[in-house]
Amino acid sequence: MLLKDEVGMLQRIPLFSGIESTKLKLLAFTSDRVSYSAGQILFRQGDEGDAAYVILSGRADILVDSDSGPIKVAEMVPNSIVGEIAILCNSSRTATVRAASPLEALRISKDHFLRLMKEYPEMTIEILRVLADRLSHTTADLIDARSAK
Amino acid sequence: MEPSLARYIWTHTKKQQLWILMIVVLSMIPYFMSFDLPKLIVNGPIQGRGFEQPGATLPFMRLHYNLPFIGEVQFFSGFQLDRKETLFALSVVFLLLVIINGLFKLYINTYKGRLGERMLRRIRFDLVDRVLRFPPVYFKRVKSAEVATMVKDEVEPLGGFIGDAFLQPVLLGGQALTAMLFIMVQNVWLGMIAVVIVVIQIVLIPRMRRRLIVLGRERQLTARALSGRVGEIVDGIGAVHVHDTSNYERADIAARLGLIFKIRFDLYQWKFMVKFLNNFLAQLTPFLFYMIGGYLVIQGRLDVGQLVAVIGAYKDLPGPMKELIDWDQARQDVQVKYQQVVEQFTVDGLIAPRIGALTIDNPDPMTNPLSAIGLSIADDGGAMLLDRISLQVKPGETVALVSTATGGAEALAEAFARLNWPDSGRVASGADDLLELPEAVTGRRMSYASSDVFLLQASLRDNLLYGLKHAPLTSVTYDGAAADQHRWNIHEARRSGNPELDIHSDWIDYASTGATGPHDLFEAVRRVLDAVVLSRDILDLGLRSSADLTRHTELARRIVELRAALRTRLEQEGLSGLVVPFEPGAYNKEATIGQNLLFGAAAGPELADRALAANPYFASVLKQAGLDRTLYEMGMEIAKQAIELFADLPPDHQFFQQLAFMSAEEIPAYETLLQRLKNRPHEAVSENDRAMIVTLSFAYIEPRHRFGLLSDELMSKIVAARNRFYENLPPELQNAIERYDPAKYIAAATVMDNVLFGRVGNNHPDAPDRIRSIVYDILDELGLYAELLDVGLDFNVGSGGRRLTGGQRQKLDVARALLKRPDFLILNRPLSALDQRMQDKVLRNVLEEARRDGHSPAIVWVVTSPAMAMMFDRVIVFDSGQLVEDGTHETLLAGNGIFKELLS
Repeated sequence: MLLKDEVGMLQRIPLFSGIESTKLKLLAFTSDRVSYSAGQILFRQGDEGDAAYVILSGRADILVDSDSGPIKVAEMVPNSIVGEIAILCNSSRTATVRAASPLEALRISKDHFLRLMKEYPEMTIEILRVLADRLSHTTADLIDARSAK
Repeated sequence: MEPSLARYIWTHTKKQQLWILMIVVLSMIPYFMSFDLPKLIVNGPIQGRGFEQPGATLPFMRLHYNLPFIGEVQFFSGFQLDRKETLFALSVVFLLLVIINGLFKLYINTYKGRLGERMLRRIRFDLVDRVLRFPPVYFKRVKSAEVATMVKDEVEPLGGFIGDAFLQPVLLGGQALTAMLFIMVQNVWLGMIAVVIVVIQIVLIPRMRRRLIVLGRERQLTARALSGRVGEIVDGIGAVHVHDTSNYERADIAARLGLIFKIRFDLYQWKFMVKFLNNFLAQLTPFLFYMIGGYLVIQGRLDVGQLVAVIGAYKDLPGPMKELIDWDQARQDVQVKYQQVVEQFTVDGLIAPRIGALTIDNPDPMTNPLSAIGLSIADDGGAMLLDRISLQVKPGETVALVSTATGGAEALAEAFARLNWPDSGRVASGADDLLELPEAVTGRRMSYASSDVFLLQASLRDNLLYGLKHAPLTSVTYDGAAADQHRWNIHEARRSGNPELDIHSDWIDYASTGATGPHDLFEAVRRVLDAVVLSRDILDLGLRSSADLTRHTELARRIVELRAALRTRLEQEGLSGLVVPFEPGAYNKEATIGQNLLFGAAAGPELADRALAANPYFASVLKQAGLDRTLYEMGMEIAKQAIELFADLPPDHQFFQQLAFMSAEEIPAYETLLQRLKNRPHEAVSENDRAMIVTLSFAYIEPRHRFGLLSDELMSKIVAARNRFYENLPPELQNAIERYDPAKYIAAATVMDNVLFGRVGNNHPDAPDRIRSIVYDILDELGLYAELLDVGLDFNVGSGGRRLTGGQRQKLDVARALLKRPDFLILNRPLSALDQRMQDKVLRNVLEEARRDGHSPAIVWVVTSPAMAMMFDRVIVFDSGQLVEDGTHETLLAGNGIFKELLS
């Protein structure tokens, strides 16, 4: 997959949809293309967060440690971004991400990601929107869980 | 040191000075003879005196001189020669005298030059020798750059003067006196004139020069302070930048330079003023000679020959006079310089020479306890660091010194290491005062490491073994020219009062490490490096550096085996995809186009980096392979893309780290180049521009940059060009490149590159780490681990060890202290740069390593955290310079003292 194809994929990700294509190209160029075989770990829960990943092809499982071993909480499909929370909050990884099939991804390092946010407020707003959206989902889930008790 | 320079010189060069004096006196004879000759030539054959009759002859070489005080002396009755023959004979004699005088001068100058250089060598050595014996406190007050400038620059003029110290006044005085006497003999009145002027010169000029000496002293002090400040800026450059004080430093330096300029300019003004006066006085005399002497000739009271001879002799008078006055000036000048330096090097409490005396044989172990008796130490401000401490450390005991912030445990450790001298009380080993023991005992049977690490700018190995270099243990045999050189070295060292110790001897004390020689030293080294957890770092350094093949032959010999082992291992683990190996007939997608073209490591500047595209032979190969146009177009495309991506970023943007093709500074140049070349046909582009563009394509890696510029056809063309390149490689490039050969070690490449013999795939983020640990495994399996560690030990640590991290420096210092297996190991917060977990680990390792093979050294460890005290037999707690608790860990824990408080 060439740079221009990656740019096409990035454009389809809501987070980046507002950014002009030359900037996305720069983002793609300065990011590392990484590939994993099925079962390989992208990062582990508790690791220090140093990069976010955009899945270009393949699928990845999101796993959270529990007393009874890892639980799969979500699955990531192409065009989704994963790992951005840890680099935003300077916290350690909240979950483990494991490739569920051969996986191609774009690894955006923390520095680059933060730099982009600083330079492109529209992207920052988009990220806020996504995070707020997730938060409201989580809150709804929590209410459901509480009321189900 | 001897405060008077003249006496210092006389003490050390008496014999030589007397010898040269004798030669000088001897040289006076032909010198005087050469004065008389012009008169003989002019009066005799030229004017014809004694040849009034045609065919008249006079005796020649009837050597009779009217020597002062002796009278008429005849040496030889002579040959009879006519007028012309006499002229030629006398002229030849004149020439001979010129040659003889010249030869004397040559010998004298050479001799005194050598004398001066020897003395300079002696003074410099004496000074450094004293530096080695200064008490520790001195170094708190002196800047190293100032000491260096004193040893190097300030004594330098002394060397030039020493040869002249006694000789010059005799030689020049003799010459002047000779000339003066001669003038006197010719004509008393003319002589008197010369004498009067000379007396005026002698009295006046030195008086005027007094101010020069004062200025000279100021110049010396300001220059010394300047070099001290420059040294300080260099050492403290971090602080300068951190605090934005660079302009303050600029102001300070400018002010100092201004002052120095003023002093120097004053000096110049005076110097030339004095020179002018001196010259004027010297020229005044011939004026009087011409006037008065000419008058006397006209009167007939003086013959022309006499006047010519007097003027000729006088020509030789101002020279010596001026030089004599100069000599006097130089004497006062160097005397001042010498005194200035000697003052700085005269220090109370100098360590006695016997303490540092050379001892070849290793001393007996220290079996007596180490004790502090009523020990008090104050800092420079007078605050008490330790207040009347008494304690004893028995051999074999491990003691943790725990200290509150103002406790004073560090001062005690420094006192044990003799780095801090007691103000009252003493430190003793058994009954002996520790300060009285020779360093041969304390430096070999005790070791010390602290958080303040000193490293030489040398290899890791040299630094590690530095603590073992006490004495030259082997005598090196030299042969041929080297033997002559060695004999000469010894001879000259003796003449200058330097020691004859041979730096090329093997100084390493293998025995104390438990080794028997160079071959098994490595075991000991490896163990201490493992103990301080430094081996892995050094292995990493080894992997990243290129091995010195004269030393690490094993690595080169077994490289094929190593490469094969790596392949097998990668296949076994299913990781073959991580590394794309170099194959002579294939394109390596993970390598750059440049690497694929060259397929070798550049061993010289001709084919390295940017020079590659501009190399005419390489360009011709590209052309023949039909690649020149393709790569040019590729370069243009890369330039376009790179500029499109990066043009509006600020030059310091971190994204530039990702741009392999050009630096941020080059972007504008490429932008204009691109504009200029846009629609120009390939043929019309100049060589230079073409090279600039083609260079860009050399850095391209398809999987990494993903511009989509590489086709199968292009790859096969590149492989073909590679072969063509090596087929006709011109002789001048043979040594500029080492071709990749699966069966050969590449000296110019790093060890890692050699083992990999390929490129790690760009899209496996954890590949480098995984491969590195596999490589270590393989090296260990093949028994090459030690070899790699040895390569890593070649790493140069940089000035003050700054190429290592703080933690690595401290670990190295501890390893160095451990290596000599001392009886007393003193560690003064040695690992403060490491985190607590690592400190604990190293502490455990060090305790274990120190006691290996039944050794039981006493260990005194100033710990950074009280929890570490658990590992020791005994714990001593300090607070405010007082020893407050002393006991085992359990007893202190059971009590309710400070220790328990510190722990919680």
